[in-house]
Amino acid sequence: MTAAPAPASASDALPDIRHDYLPILLPVALSALALPFVGNPTTWVTLTVAALAMGMMIFVIASGLTLVFGLMDVLNFGHGAFIAVGAYIALSVLALLSGWVQADSLLWNLMALGLAVTVAMVGTGLLGLAFERVIVRPVYGQHLKQILITMGGLIVAEQLIHVIWGGDQKAMALPAALRGAVVIGEVAIERFRILTVAVGIVVFAAMILVLNRTRIGLLIRAGVENPEMVEALGYRIRRLFVGVFAVGSALAGLGGVLWALYRETLTAAIGGDVMVLVFIVIIIGGLGSVGGCFIGAILVAMMANYTAFLLPKVALASNILLMVAILMWRPQGLYPVAKR
Amino acid sequence: MLNTLLSGDYPRSRILTGILAAIVLGLAFAPFLFSGAAAINTAAKVCIFIVLVASYDLLLGYTGIVSFAHTMFFGIGGYGVGLGLYAFGASWGVLALGILLALVVGVVLAFLIGLLSLRVRAIFYAMITLAVASAFLILATQFSEYTGGEDGRSFSVPQVLRPGYRLLDQPVFGTVINGRVLAYYLVFAMAVTLFLLALRVVNSPFGRVLQAIRENDMRAEALGYRVVYYRTVANCLAAGMAVLAGAMSAIWLRYTGPDTTLSFAIMLDILLMVVIGGMGTLYGAVIGATLFIVAQNYLQKLMATASTATEGIPLLPKLLHPDRWLLLLGLLFVLSVYFFPTGIVGRLRGKSG
Repeated sequence: MTAAPAPASASDALPDIRHDYLPILLPVALSALALPFVGNPTTWVTLTVAALAMGMMIFVIASGLTLVFGLMDVLNFGHGAFIAVGAYIALSVLALLSGWVQADSLLWNLMALGLAVTVAMVGTGLLGLAFERVIVRPVYGQHLKQILITMGGLIVAEQLIHVIWGGDQKAMALPAALRGAVVIGEVAIERFRILTVAVGIVVFAAMILVLNRTRIGLLIRAGVENPEMVEALGYRIRRLFVGVFAVGSALAGLGGVLWALYRETLTAAIGGDVMVLVFIVIIIGGLGSVGGCFIGAILVAMMANYTAFLLPKVALASNILLMVAILMWRPQGLYPVAKR
Repeated sequence: MLNTLLSGDYPRSRILTGILAAIVLGLAFAPFLFSGAAAINTAAKVCIFIVLVASYDLLLGYTGIVSFAHTMFFGIGGYGVGLGLYAFGASWGVLALGILLALVVGVVLAFLIGLLSLRVRAIFYAMITLAVASAFLILATQFSEYTGGEDGRSFSVPQVLRPGYRLLDQPVFGTVINGRVLAYYLVFAMAVTLFLLALRVVNSPFGRVLQAIRENDMRAEALGYRVVYYRTVANCLAAGMAVLAGAMSAIWLRYTGPDTTLSFAIMLDILLMVVIGGMGTLYGAVIGATLFIVAQNYLQKLMATASTATEGIPLLPKLLHPDRWLLLLGLLFVLSVYFFPTGIVGRLRGKSG
C-alpha cells in the first residue's frame, strides 16, 4: 500500500491490442469448402467473384446502418428508403447524361456514372439530415418508437418515390463500356463486378482509415464507448452523430445505385429486398462493428451465390442458417461491440 | 354476464363504447344491412383482421415485443387449411385436422424463435424475425409443387359453406341465407370468440405480468418473474391466434397464396392498424382494423374523385392518386407515433378521464 508505484515501462503502459483473426478466416474457409461441391474450378472462380461483388455492395449499404447503430443506438428501419432514393436520383442523372452513357468510351461512361453517384450521394446525405431531424431525433433512446417511426418514414418515402418518379418498373442500363466481361485465362469476369469490388474496397479502406487514423475517427470511437465523457471534454458529439447519420445515408445511396445497376431494374421496393440481407449482415457482424459488417457481408454473399448454384431452392433461406450458426458460436455477432 | 364476457375490461369511454357497439352491430348483421358481395367481403375481412391485429397487439402492445414474423403464422394457418382441403377434399374433418396441424406447427415455430431470440433486445428481435419471415415467404414460393408458388392454391370448402347451398327456401329480411352467409357467420363467431379469449388473457394475472415486462423487464425479472418464460408463452399465444386468423381467411377466401397471407405488405398493414387503433388496448385492434379496411376500400374512391377534381394543379393530383392512399396512412402513422402514442382508443379514454 505504501510502496511507491514502480515506474511503468513503455511496454506496461499500453497492453498489446489483441487481434481476433478467427472471423477473417471464415470466408476463406467457406470458399475452400465450396470448391469440391462446385467441382469445376472455373465456375467456382466466377461464383466467388460474383459473391465478392455482391458482398461489397451489401457492405456499402450496411456499413452506414451499423455505424449509426453503434454511435447513436438507433436502428433505422427506414435505411431502405435511402437505397431506393439514391438509385432513383442516379437514374434521373443518367437519363440527362445519356450522351455520355452511350458513348463508346470508358472515360465518358465512368464520368457519367461518377457524376450520377455523386449527385445521388449528396441527395441521400441531405435526405438523411432531414430524416434525422424530423423522424429520428424525437425518439432517441426509445427503441420501440424508433422501430415504429422509422418504419413509418419508410412507408412515406416509398410512396413519395411513386409520386415523383412514377410507380412502374424502370430499366437501369449499365453504361456501354461496363457491359460484358473480361476474360482471364478461362474465367470470364463481368466488368461491372470488378468495379463494384473496387468501390467496396475503397469504401472499407477509407472507413478504417478515418476511424483509426484521424481525430474525427478517434472522437467517433470514443463516442461509441462513452458519449457523455466525450461531451464533457467539450466536443459537440450531437453534431458528430448527425454527420455520421448523413454519411451513412449517403453510403446507402451509393449502395443503392450499385445494386440497381447490378439488377438492371428499379422499383420503389428495391430497398426492402436488400434490407433483409443487410439486417442479417449486421447481426452476423455484431451490431455496430464495421469490420464484422465487412466479413458478414462477404459471408452472406458467398452463402447466397454458392447455394444458388448448388441448391437454388434454399438460396435465400440459407442465410438464416448461416445467421443461426454464427449466433450459436458468438451470440453477439462476430465482433461484438464492447458496450452493448 | 357482460362483465364476465369482457373480463371486466370495459371500453371506459362513452364515445368509444358507441363506436365499438356500432362496429359490432354492423358486423353482426352485415349480410342483412349491406347488399352486394363487396360489402360482405369487407365485413369478413374486418373480422379476420380484428383477430390478427388483436393477436399482434398481445405482442407489441401488451408485452413490448416487436416481431415482423406475424404474417408467417397467419400464412401457416392459411396454408394449413388451404393445402389440406386442396389435397384431401372438402370435408369438415380435413378442415379441423388442417387447423390443428397448423396450430401445432405455428406454436412450435413460435416457441423455437422465442427461445432463440427473446433473450436479446427489441431491435435484435425485430431484425431476426424479419429475416425469418422473409425466408419463410421464399420457401413458400419456391416449393411450388406443394404450395402452388406465387399463384397460391384455390380449393373448395365443405358444402354447407359454398355459395350454392341454401339453408332456407325463403329469404330472411330480403337476404337469401346461402352458404356464403353461413361462412360469414362462422368467421364472425370465430372472431368474437377469439377476441373475447384475448381479452380474458390480457386481464388475467398472466396478462398483468406481460404488461409489467413491457414497462420494465429488469424490474419484472427482479420481482421473480422469469421474463423469458412469459415472453415465450406470449409469443406462442399470439402465434396460435394468428394461425387461427389465417384459417379464417382461408375459409372465407377459399384461396391461400403468398400475397394474401405472407407478404410484407400485410405485416405493414397490421403494424399500421395496431398503432393507429391504439397499442396495448385490444379495443384498438377493433377500431384500427375497421378504420384501415374501410379506408382501404372507400378512401381510394374518395381520392380518385379528389384527384380528378384537382387536375391541372401540379403535383397535387399525383399526391391524391388512389394508389397513394398508403401515403396518407403512413403520415397518419408517423404522426400518431409522435402525438398519440396510445392511438385512437387511448385518446378517447384520455378525454373522458
